[in-house]
Amino acid sequence: MKELKNVRRELHYFQVRLGVAGALVLGAFAVLFGRFFYLQVIQHDYYDTKAEDNRISIVPIQPNRGLILDRKGVVLARNYSAYTLELTLSKIPDLEGTIKSLGTLVDIQPRDRRRFQKLREESKGQDNLPLKTRLTDEEVAVLAVNRYRFPGVDIKGRLFRQYPLGEQASHIVGYISRIDDRDVDKIEESDQAGNYKGTDHIGKTGLEQSYEQALHGTTGFEQVETDASGRIVRGANVRALAPRTPPVPGNNLVLTLDMGLQEAAERAFGENRGALVAIEPSTGGILAFVSKPGYDPNLFIDGIDPANWDALNNSPDHPLNNRALTGLYPPGSTFKPYMALAALELGKRTPTQTIFDPGYFIFGNNRFRDDKADGHGYVDMYKSIVVSCDTYYYNLANDLGIDNMAHFIGQFGFGAKTGIDVEGEFVGVLPSPEWKLKRFKSAPAQQKWFPGETISVGIGQGYNSYTPLQLAQAVATLANDGVMYRPHFVDYIQNPITGERKYVAPQPLKTIPLKAKNLEFVKHAMIGVNKEGTGARAFAGAAYVSAGKTGTAQVVALKKDEKYSEANVDERLRDHALFIAFAPADDPKIALAVLVENAGFGARAAAPVARKVLDFYLLGKGVDKPAAPAPKLRDDDDGDD
Amino acid sequence: MTTATIRQLLERFAAKIDGPLIAIVLCIIALGLATLYSAAYQAPARFGAQALNTLLALILMWAAAQVHPQVFMRIAVPVFIAVLLMLVGVALFGDVRNGARRWLPLGFASIQPSELMKLAMPLLLARYFHRHESALRFREFAVAFVILAVPTAMIARQPDLGTALLVAAAGLYVIFLAGLPWKVIAAGITAVLASLPILWGVLHDYQRRRFLTLLDPSSDPLGAGYHIIQSTIAVGSGGITGKGWLEGTQTHLEFIPERATDFIFAVYSEEFGLIGATILLVLYLALIMRGLMISANAPTFFTRLLAGSITLTFFTYAVVNMGMVSGLLPVVGVPLPFISYGGTSLITLSLGIGMLMSIQHHRTLVQT
Repeated sequence: MKELKNVRRELHYFQVRLGVAGALVLGAFAVLFGRFFYLQVIQHDYYDTKAEDNRISIVPIQPNRGLILDRKGVVLARNYSAYTLELTLSKIPDLEGTIKSLGTLVDIQPRDRRRFQKLREESKGQDNLPLKTRLTDEEVAVLAVNRYRFPGVDIKGRLFRQYPLGEQASHIVGYISRIDDRDVDKIEESDQAGNYKGTDHIGKTGLEQSYEQALHGTTGFEQVETDASGRIVRGANVRALAPRTPPVPGNNLVLTLDMGLQEAAERAFGENRGALVAIEPSTGGILAFVSKPGYDPNLFIDGIDPANWDALNNSPDHPLNNRALTGLYPPGSTFKPYMALAALELGKRTPTQTIFDPGYFIFGNNRFRDDKADGHGYVDMYKSIVVSCDTYYYNLANDLGIDNMAHFIGQFGFGAKTGIDVEGEFVGVLPSPEWKLKRFKSAPAQQKWFPGETISVGIGQGYNSYTPLQLAQAVATLANDGVMYRPHFVDYIQNPITGERKYVAPQPLKTIPLKAKNLEFVKHAMIGVNKEGTGARAFAGAAYVSAGKTGTAQVVALKKDEKYSEANVDERLRDHALFIAFAPADDPKIALAVLVENAGFGARAAAPVARKVLDFYLLGKGVDKPAAPAPKLRDDDDGDD
Repeated sequence: MTTATIRQLLERFAAKIDGPLIAIVLCIIALGLATLYSAAYQAPARFGAQALNTLLALILMWAAAQVHPQVFMRIAVPVFIAVLLMLVGVALFGDVRNGARRWLPLGFASIQPSELMKLAMPLLLARYFHRHESALRFREFAVAFVILAVPTAMIARQPDLGTALLVAAAGLYVIFLAGLPWKVIAAGITAVLASLPILWGVLHDYQRRRFLTLLDPSSDPLGAGYHIIQSTIAVGSGGITGKGWLEGTQTHLEFIPERATDFIFAVYSEEFGLIGATILLVLYLALIMRGLMISANAPTFFTRLLAGSITLTFFTYAVVNMGMVSGLLPVVGVPLPFISYGGTSLITLSLGIGMLMSIQHHRTLVQT
């Protein structure tokens, strides 16, 4: 009996324990339910936002960059789409190993590796870098199949820039290249950071740089789903996404440039270094703009590899320099027409006034030599231009004085920026006592202007140094009777969708007040140059009347930072050949300045280049064969220059 | 065969199966397979494997239900010794997977003896207390604690904290139900609380970090905190109705780690919301209550203790797993019963349910 009681009591104890356990269960489940309620009801919005942030990334859609075309529609810069192999550095634990195993799938050249290495060094902040661009279809297929093996490795479809004409007009068009830290600063300053979210490349030089905003377009945006590893999951659409905002393509640039003329001009240089700028005088539109040698801008787009870079950067020919825009040269005798005009306008000479040229001009203790040792004899203004008599201008410079010269000639844009629509043009030097004062601020002993210096300036030497662009603008202004236009490359900016054009209207910068008869006289003398003077040989038999002036600029000394190999020194100490011209003389359609480096007399080396360009433009006559290098020997009977 | 004989056969077949238990278990399994289908969308083979495991588990459940509880008691000691020896074997020759030595290679397959201990432990302790039912004193409880401590420590050292926890829980439940005096329980709790600061000092850095991560998951968002953050986001973003089956973004975009195994509850509550979570809580609660009822009605001390321990272990699984996924408890590897992918736990759990059924069916037969 007692035992039964015991059993019952124990059973009761047990059931109490079970009850306690059951209460524990209920309590725990109540806590769990409370937690779920808290997370899923009270905090739902918070966690829902978190989940959306997790899955949705906003992806920029890069707009198509605008095309660059010449006035006849020849394409200078275009886009094509291709695939690149991109590495996301932060997601790749073993970069070397990854590149190595990728190399077993696609052909990765040492070149690609070096380029990649350079990109890494140059863009420290960037996580996404291309290892190989322009993959073939087979490579894309192989990589797509094996992608799962390589976290942080992606194949991306991209638009690539291409310059189909290569070296031609390379200095004008410039190039785009990957955005670097400096570009990032600029983009942020101009409040464009949002618009550049999907953009890797930016215009670095030339028109690509100066018209960056017009060319770039507006970046579109799209919501995409990304998985936990950040990869975009296309078409997953687990849940709905906001509609995409399409990108707006960049505008096309249509240039005033004539690629036929440009090509003719480039070919006319042959193997010579130099620059040529041809301008339409009535608008300021650039017709041709040559800087030789050129370079292939396509090399720069995805980062230039070190070998090519060294070749371009260390070449003694400096192909990367835009000589027409940043080369500074003394104008030599091409300065004389402006000197003559100054004399007429300021009443220091009449056309018929004559001097005697014994072959030199004595000033103080100095003897300034004419190129023709025994002199030109009696010389009036017409003859002074036609035969390019130095003595006449030594004399004239002395009579005009440096202040008058600087002031009058400065009106033609010498020593001032032209305001052309690419960046980086050089100012040059229009010599004057004020300039010298400023220039030698740190060396007061050299600040004083010596009257003897005026004499050299009078024949376009001395401190004179100008860009070929300035020389061309000056002669275009002269041809246009003193009405000066801002030189420009772009004729209009075209919206590729609507076709709407925004013209870069020719802007008359100013009109130099000049007497018509003085202008007529100087032009007449320049016609004489090509008819019976120093340009006569080059222009023999021309089917149009042209006006010109030869020039030879002395290369006084090498700049101290220039390094030439011994073999080159002689050649590079030779004079530069110059020529300015416009035609037809009575209604100028084209004005140009030619500079051929170290080629000797302007008459022999530069005038023939001008002839070919004018022939092509006015007569449609092609340049049949590449011109032979300019004669290297100085020819005695060529006379003054 | 006539329909009558077929019915007879079916009745015989189902005779020892407990109706409420099997109904609840099948409901949970159905929800589990649906959730696994979504969670393992990128590895569809898992779904087939789990379906096969489920079938095997149900057969074992049926088989266990056919066995008389007397047999369980008889085999308790040999089973325990065998499993203990296997644990020693694991420690000596076990395979290392994911940094833990848990698997014993048997040639044809590998097994985790620690998993079997979840059943062997309550079997042995229930038998032990049953034998000493009439005279339970301090000594008996002390021996029970020793029996419990040895295998638990061995499993914890593998290391497999989740299983060690469940084995310890299974044993403690037996000891508690056997009548461990309240005074001792109170003293034990006090002692544990008092030694917490000392324990803190003994813990490894990474263990402390794990605990701190629980308090503030954002302190380590890419490391240990990542699991908690992402699973909490999944649960919370599910809302009341859930995002819908196969439409969980956290799941399908792979933000939830271990989403087919330990963290499958995050998938479930993301897609089915608070309503789904409540249904699952109710199902688990029903199963536990049925188990406790079976325990209360069980005829012998052994069966009472065994049924109670199995049921409460099941409860521990559920609470620890859901608490971990919803960010209430630290991350320990405990699966969600009948839902998480994986054959081993499914089989252990099914055997346990089968034992419950056996105890329920034979309750009157032994009462003499």
